[in-house]
Amino acid sequence: MSKGRVWKYGDNVNTDVIFAGKYTYNIMPPEEMARHALEDLDPGFAQGVKPGDVIVAGKNFGCGSSREQAAACLRFAGVQAVVAKSFARIYYRNAINLGLPVLQSAEASEALRAGDEVEIDFAAGKIRSGGRKFGFPAFPPAVLGIIEAGGLIEYTKKKLEEKAKKDD
Amino acid sequence: MGKTLSEKILGAKAGREVKAGDVVTVSPDYVLSHDNSAAIIGEFKKIGLAKVKSPDKIVIVLDHIVPASEEKYAQNHKTIREFAAAQGLDKFFDIQHGVCHQVFTENGLALPGKLIVGSDSHTTSYGALGAFAAGIGRSEAASIWATDEIWLRVPETLKFVFSGKLPAGVSAKDVVLFIIGREGADGADYKAVEFTGPAASHFSIASRFTMANMAAEMGAKNGYFPPDDETLRWLAARTKEKITPVVSDPEAQYSKVLEFDLSGFVPQVACPHTVDNVKPVTEVEGRPFHQALIGTCTNGRLEDLESAAKILKGKKVHPRVRVLILPASREVYLEAMNKGLLAELSEAGCVLLNPGCGPCLGAHLGILAAGEVCLSTANRNFKGRMGARDSEIYLASPATVAASALEGKITDPRKYL
Repeated sequence: MSKGRVWKYGDNVNTDVIFAGKYTYNIMPPEEMARHALEDLDPGFAQGVKPGDVIVAGKNFGCGSSREQAAACLRFAGVQAVVAKSFARIYYRNAINLGLPVLQSAEASEALRAGDEVEIDFAAGKIRSGGRKFGFPAFPPAVLGIIEAGGLIEYTKKKLEEKAKKDD
Repeated sequence: MGKTLSEKILGAKAGREVKAGDVVTVSPDYVLSHDNSAAIIGEFKKIGLAKVKSPDKIVIVLDHIVPASEEKYAQNHKTIREFAAAQGLDKFFDIQHGVCHQVFTENGLALPGKLIVGSDSHTTSYGALGAFAAGIGRSEAASIWATDEIWLRVPETLKFVFSGKLPAGVSAKDVVLFIIGREGADGADYKAVEFTGPAASHFSIASRFTMANMAAEMGAKNGYFPPDDETLRWLAARTKEKITPVVSDPEAQYSKVLEFDLSGFVPQVACPHTVDNVKPVTEVEGRPFHQALIGTCTNGRLEDLESAAKILKGKKVHPRVRVLILPASREVYLEAMNKGLLAELSEAGCVLLNPGCGPCLGAHLGILAAGEVCLSTANRNFKGRMGARDSEIYLASPATVAASALEGKITDPRKYL
């Protein structure tokens, strides 16, 4: 469990403002992706974000494009988790597939303010901040295996290796 | 109990009865990707396989930055071409074909009852022909290349029932913008939407693509029109495959049913910076802009160019605006050329671009400078999408954009009927 500070945003934070389309087809290293994170929404984010920080937003976080970098750039920037009222469906999948925890909590989304110190207890399913506690739902079984493997590519690799062993 | 299209297609693929909320592991009929295939190839290599599992299911269309505008994109294209050749991919479409969704459908790949996933959010478009088609990410595409499998949650369905007839000057784009404005950008998150009712079959196939494409902008997983005679006619010229339409049962369960009388619709405009910030054109009239874009996978088909050319023919676009024409595919481009539409648009002062995606996502061609405003027929108006951070995008129908291009400010197209 690591502690971090809250970066607070509103509803419908879209993939273009998280990671601009003009960079999407430019294959870049993680640290460069991190430098462009949230560029068109909050130009101060990439400079100010510290490892363990948490993004707290309203509804429909990650709406728009299927671009995976919108999840990857936040993870590479050190973001511990994104907490929102709801997530756009492709973003939700991408985040899980890339190992960025996406936590649904309307209460935390309402209550937490920019700069609040928060701690996330993944095992207990709790977000803690200054004596307050907010729950988040457990991940569906379909995605637990992916999270445990550390992302979809690792998960697929493992699955294929297991299958190859069985076939031997 | 009755089943929705999603429950039927995903159930058939999973080999069991399923209902909304179930999670299935299924093998899709096709997996689409575009310029992002370069990144997908990188992920696929990490998995460690030499060969993709089902080369005949992989569809790749180069469309996002075509022709390559910089060396790094040229390299991406080269990587993709070499991979397609090495893997024996027979559904690789190079830069001359057009936008992936249009090319996919023109080649008879989107058929009723098919399960299609694509590493592009507007994959929802194929629902126009009765397929179940959803957007996915790059890692997922790589994983399907390796395993031929993906997990999907069976979505609940929102049903939009249409009656009546659209007034002149009002199009499918106006209808879908109105619905997005009403239901919100998250109105269909995790859900499928179904466009149905007695008037659904009045929409041309091109119009259905526009609406199914825009379903992504309310968060939908799929945007489905029940296949009808028009669907079968449209497909007859494009595929030899036997078509078995799949339709939702009349007693299927819907999470919400909304009814619309088309005769009451007026032209709509989505204002910056969200697609659900929708107003009737009469409330936005007079807003000046610098650039207009007519085309893209949302509104770049023949009927869209016809609608624009009808208004622009024999006139000149306003001297302060630049108007970009972006046909959805080479097939559309050729038809528009043969019908004389491209000449009419060019004579009116429009700039003809090659089919592709470039300006829509701010990748190349027609980037906006700081403070500039674009009126576009595309599907997204997110902050900074087409260029500078403080540029603005308004979304509307081809008729509205064409009429506005004449006046240099947002204009109700009904005055040009």
